[in-house]
Amino acid sequence: MPSKLSNRIKNINQEFSWFKLVLSLLGGVLLLFIISPILGMVLATPLESIVSTAAEKEVKESIWLTIWVAMAATLIFAMLSIPLSYLLARHNFPLKRLVLGIIDLPVVIPHSAAGIALLGFMARESVLGKTSSSLGFSFVGTPAGIALAMAFVSVPFLINYAREGFASVPERLEKAALNLGASPARVFFTISLPLAWKSIISGLIMMFARGMSEFGAVIIVAYNPMITPVLIFERFGSFGLKYARPVAVIFIGVCLAVFILVRLIARKENKDA
Amino acid sequence: MLRVENISKKYGQFELNDITFQVDKGDYFMLLGPSGAGKSIILEVIAGLIKPDKGSVFIEDIDITKLAIGSRSVGLVFQDLAVFPHLSVYDNIAFPLKRKGVKGQDLKSRVNGLAEEFSISHLIKRNPQNLSGGELQRVALARTLALKPKVLLLDEPLSSIDVQLRAGLKSLLRGINREGQTVIHVTHDYDEAISLGSHVAVVNGGRIVQTGTPVDVFQNPASEFVANFSGIKNFFKGSISDCSEHDLRCFIANGVKIWLYTDEKSSYGYVSFPENSVSISSDNPNSSAINTFQGVIVDIFQQKHGFEVWVDIGIRVAALITWESLERLNLRTGNKVWISVKANAVRYINQA
Repeated sequence: MPSKLSNRIKNINQEFSWFKLVLSLLGGVLLLFIISPILGMVLATPLESIVSTAAEKEVKESIWLTIWVAMAATLIFAMLSIPLSYLLARHNFPLKRLVLGIIDLPVVIPHSAAGIALLGFMARESVLGKTSSSLGFSFVGTPAGIALAMAFVSVPFLINYAREGFASVPERLEKAALNLGASPARVFFTISLPLAWKSIISGLIMMFARGMSEFGAVIIVAYNPMITPVLIFERFGSFGLKYARPVAVIFIGVCLAVFILVRLIARKENKDA
Repeated sequence: MLRVENISKKYGQFELNDITFQVDKGDYFMLLGPSGAGKSIILEVIAGLIKPDKGSVFIEDIDITKLAIGSRSVGLVFQDLAVFPHLSVYDNIAFPLKRKGVKGQDLKSRVNGLAEEFSISHLIKRNPQNLSGGELQRVALARTLALKPKVLLLDEPLSSIDVQLRAGLKSLLRGINREGQTVIHVTHDYDEAISLGSHVAVVNGGRIVQTGTPVDVFQNPASEFVANFSGIKNFFKGSISDCSEHDLRCFIANGVKIWLYTDEKSSYGYVSFPENSVSISSDNPNSSAINTFQGVIVDIFQQKHGFEVWVDIGIRVAALITWESLERLNLRTGNKVWISVKANAVRYINQA
């Protein structure tokens, strides 16, 4: 009897309904909206212009710069974000909601405004600026500044993913490890971190991807050296749509490739674990 | 060995109230109570995972209340076992040993030894994800006992296991205890408490309502709650003897021979039968009941429905009778009466 009933339910779900048709149509429109501009741009860009642009030193350098700075920003800020995520997932403290709000702040403020704020924060007169110049380097107009700008706007993704990952680790496992003689630090490294790893990897990928594609905050902190999103903007401003397109197409391709590659590596690691 | 003194802990609406008990070395101590009684919290307080608001825990007269969790020498097996899902069976068992600095060949031989002891050697390379409840239970036990804790705490250890496998695990637990391991075992199951425990503490509403041996507690329930837990006051310790007649076996409790149906052959355990299955008469009843005894009425209590008459036949048996019967038979304390119990009303609980 129950199996028949579930068959019927399945059939109902597979049957035609007007409502489902409306849902599919609306969804289709949305997908088209995402795909068509990108596809249109790719189709409107002649292959030879893509090839010749890809060979340009300026383009190659900017893509490389974008990738490694985003990667560095992600890894450096992971050291601060992951412990915070664990703290947020496991402990309640006064003003926790405020802390959670602060973490989401970079997502909701305009990124140009974030760039302005960051510029003031790292300018020569600031504490950070003075400290760095006494050490012989500057944040403004350097990869270090770009990394800070990228991290500022992308770190909420990592924190939120990692926090959810830690929260999904059953507390009993941590308690059991404590009971088996492990110190809290050991519990973190041997139990909580490995079990939350999947979510943390997702967070790292999201932060990296978001950092790589950041434009607004970076352009204010460092027009040069030029990351690819800034290069696309510059070519558009100076030479027009036709010259901006090949770089945009190449960069989207690179982003997709990196994204897929990182996901594949992460999946393999998870399987091995 | 282990002493829990005046432990109190407020937990939202729930309150653990003035918990005091003592467990001697080698005891198999049962904490029996309905779900939500606070049994698991008591275990977590002993393990140090929950800090009590008040009170102390002593092991071998040393106050461990403020000691770090890992240095209490208390092993806790959680109800859901908490076998680490990302580690193999080997690494799960090795986990506590590695923390103690056991390395190399020594580690390997100790893990393999434990695996053998718990009959899980064939699973050693497997991931916990595809193990059965019984297998996981053995992994959790092996892992917890790797450090030779002074007290083993078990939270509902039989609940995650198929009914057919429970007897096997019970005898494993009994075996661990026989080797001298002190055990505190939490359960809501009366039969489980009787068949394993050397001592029982009945817990209800965050308090311990009665403590003692199973016979002490269930023969003389101190409150209606305890009485209702078993529902039965006729509860006797003894053994199945090799006397038998057809398919009936006889159980001897304090020299009194009680006939019953069971497949068990000569073993120690308990029998129980409901008070309303005991009938009283002034003369030898000559009824169909095979269990017929002569005895003396030692007590009569009024109950909600009828009267409870206690008759000493070498063991004290309670019978529940109506007011009419009490009057008709003119039952008074000190009277000699006959009681009879049908063999199929007698239930046997094997001591694992």
